[in-house]
Amino acid sequence: MPEPRPATDSEPKIRIRDLHKSFGPKVVLDGVDIDIAPAEALVIIGGSGTGKSVLLKHIIGLLRPDSGTVRVDGTAVETLGNRQITEFRRKFGMSFQEGALFDSMTVWQNVAFPLQRLKKLSRREIGDRVEECLSMVRLEGTGDKLPSQLSGGMRRRVGFARAVAHQPEILLFDEPTTGLDPVTTALIDEVIVELKERLHTTTVTITHDMESAFRIGDRVAMLYKGKIIAEAPPEEFRRLDDPRVQQFIHGRAEGPLSEEAPRTGARGGAGGPQDPALETSWHKP
Amino acid sequence: MSVRMPGAVERYFEQAGRFFQMLWQVFAWTPRPPYDWRELSRQMVKVGVSSVPVVLLTTMFTGMVMALQTFTTLRRFNAESFVGSLVALSMVRELTSVLSGLIVAGRAGSAMGAELGTMRVTEQIDALEVMATDPVHYLVVPRVWASTIMLPLLVVMGNFVGIFGGYLVAVVLMGANPVSYVDRTFQFMTLNDLLSGLVKAAVFGLLLATIGCQQGFYTTGGAEGVGRSTTSAVVVASIAILISDFFLTKLLF
Repeated sequence: MPEPRPATDSEPKIRIRDLHKSFGPKVVLDGVDIDIAPAEALVIIGGSGTGKSVLLKHIIGLLRPDSGTVRVDGTAVETLGNRQITEFRRKFGMSFQEGALFDSMTVWQNVAFPLQRLKKLSRREIGDRVEECLSMVRLEGTGDKLPSQLSGGMRRRVGFARAVAHQPEILLFDEPTTGLDPVTTALIDEVIVELKERLHTTTVTITHDMESAFRIGDRVAMLYKGKIIAEAPPEEFRRLDDPRVQQFIHGRAEGPLSEEAPRTGARGGAGGPQDPALETSWHKP
Repeated sequence: MSVRMPGAVERYFEQAGRFFQMLWQVFAWTPRPPYDWRELSRQMVKVGVSSVPVVLLTTMFTGMVMALQTFTTLRRFNAESFVGSLVALSMVRELTSVLSGLIVAGRAGSAMGAELGTMRVTEQIDALEVMATDPVHYLVVPRVWASTIMLPLLVVMGNFVGIFGGYLVAVVLMGANPVSYVDRTFQFMTLNDLLSGLVKAAVFGLLLATIGCQQGFYTTGGAEGVGRSTTSAVVVASIAILISDFFLTKLLF
């Protein structure tokens, strides 16, 4: 395991510099700077609507920045054309908030989908790989079920299996434990840690669950008002004396984070599934 | 001071722009592999085969009511022998394709809006993009072509049934001479009449699927948004069908 550290010396896997993004009059990202080292597990925390999902969607090129740059392995994501971005995305596996499983397909078909799309594998190799991925998330034997027959936690895990199926270099987890009970949350965290240790991928997880953040992160960063206001390894992060960090960790209603009226639209928030900015999809052929 | 367009006008142009953008993307993606024949045939069943009963029912009764109305009117001029021509030409040139278009817009176009809308708000469309799959190529292209292919086929069946419905009413109910009725039915019909109806149907199929998919694709605002997309998939497609029908008729005759 690499030592958790702010990756500034060697070439980072992902480098984000001065990233700005607004949706209409609403400024969501206001100069984000952060580096993510190869095989590092970064957790980004922050309240609802602080732009965590938006940040994640910039890394994988689902959204384009207004200004600033996201470099992955030295490639500036925002300069990629549509064909290049398709190629570029092979590096990534992403798990979405509610799993985003294709509900017309079985679990097996869902996990096989990226393999059929991204890799040239024989039918048998695909079958073996699907079984392997399902066992990694401890869901052996559910291949024939439809997503609607699964519990929330199981759907997320199928989403993980689908995200890792094509052996990506970078894994992105968008709120993997939101809306799950504590036991399931612990299980999901365990699965994420296992996946990370087994696959040696770089992982970026966004969450507002402090317990999971400390469990799965090599490093924790906090996003607030469109900027990274603190970043440190979990133990250090817990002891930071920034009042905003302390308020968030301890979940207090009173404090510097509450001085502004809470933003509306807790679920999803900016960049969430219902965000108008997603309408400007840019996969024109 | 800049002049701001009123919201409704702005929305209209936005919709129109998105429609042509979607249409352009469908054409641009169509020739590119991989060709998903299985999805195309699945959609053809969904759009076409499952619409057969309702289309036949509608055209049958339309043919019947046409015969009923025109028979009583034309009898006043002793011209009831022309009922056959009138029913056949109206059905073939106009009514079957428009009615089928409207019905399929209500059945299949709305389903497309709802399905793609749900996929959008549950991030399934993002998931497709992340897995290096263009959502327009994967979702919209097969739906649009399935609908464009199936509507003319539905119209062929609808034409037969509509004319048959007219025959039933005129001959059985009103006592017209069966031989001269059939004779009149085909006397004035040209291949052009038939083809123009089919061309219209294909255009309507293209329109309703593109609009249904476009409404779903750009859904925002959760479950409520999906409802809105479903409604506007039907409303916008129906209006587009009726308006384009006028211009197509002007063009084709």
